[in-house]
Amino acid sequence: MLPGDWFLLIAGALTVITLVPLILMGGPAEKAVVKRDGVVLAELPLDAARQIRVEGALANEGATVIETRPGAARVASDPGPRQYCVQQGWLTRSGAIAICAPSHISLQLIGHGEAAVDTLAY
Amino acid sequence: MSHFSTNGTHNTPSTHSDHRIARFAALAIALSAAEAAIPTPLPGVKPGLANIVVLLVLLRYGWAEAMWVSLLRVLVGSLIVGQFLAPGFWLSLSGALCSLAILWPAQKLPSRWFGPVSLSILSSFAHMGGQLLLARAWLIPHDGVWLLAPIFGAFALLFGFANGLAVARLLQTQTADQSDTALN
Repeated sequence: MLPGDWFLLIAGALTVITLVPLILMGGPAEKAVVKRDGVVLAELPLDAARQIRVEGALANEGATVIETRPGAARVASDPGPRQYCVQQGWLTRSGAIAICAPSHISLQLIGHGEAAVDTLAY
Repeated sequence: MSHFSTNGTHNTPSTHSDHRIARFAALAIALSAAEAAIPTPLPGVKPGLANIVVLLVLLRYGWAEAMWVSLLRVLVGSLIVGQFLAPGFWLSLSGALCSLAILWPAQKLPSRWFGPVSLSILSSFAHMGGQLLLARAWLIPHDGVWLLAPIFGAFALLFGFANGLAVARLLQTQTADQSDTALN
């Protein structure tokens, strides 16, 4: 082990450490797409806090409220019985999706230049 | 420099260097085939033992021979495991080319300061980088691929370091026995 070897070993370790934040963010999300039965109801840029109400299949029990803030979006409320989509909380990663199945509503975050890939698996 | 020998078959004279390349390539191919049998937690994470051979050849016989060994290893190794022209082959080729591209300037680093471990670490990072870039550009055109970068990077560092130590060790023992004559 020569001095340069140690230097490169440490530099390599630092490179890996600086790459670690990549694990935590799946590419920044740019907009939220709200769909009902696969039909786009709204596209919301994730640049500011706003709220919209959309009517899903359970509209007679109440509307679904979608909320955004810079870089994130969530289903703030939904009339569905199990509240899975609400409990997912704020979505921040590009490609993340919350589905309110009883309401037939989905909320998905889209990053830049999104290809037609839904999930990645080996 | 080819000529026709008396029995009419096409015959290209082979040199010492060709024989050496063939011998080391065979060794590298055997290592990469053996390695293909080891299950890994993540596709793409491999010790890269064949790179020990490539680095040994680089340090003893120069970049050109190392390039031959490396590329023959990729080609024949993929034929053996049935991956020729499959995605795994292209990833492997891309990694090998990037690694060779880095090793060209890296071999000119002052050897007082930078030993085999340096070359091995640079080579394994280049390998990983080449594979990731090709994967991003072609196989999985999605930025999600970068999520794997830190994991691949950590393994590249670990295996690059370990292989580099192996190369340093082998070079030491080889110089000690003067095995140059024995090997050739």
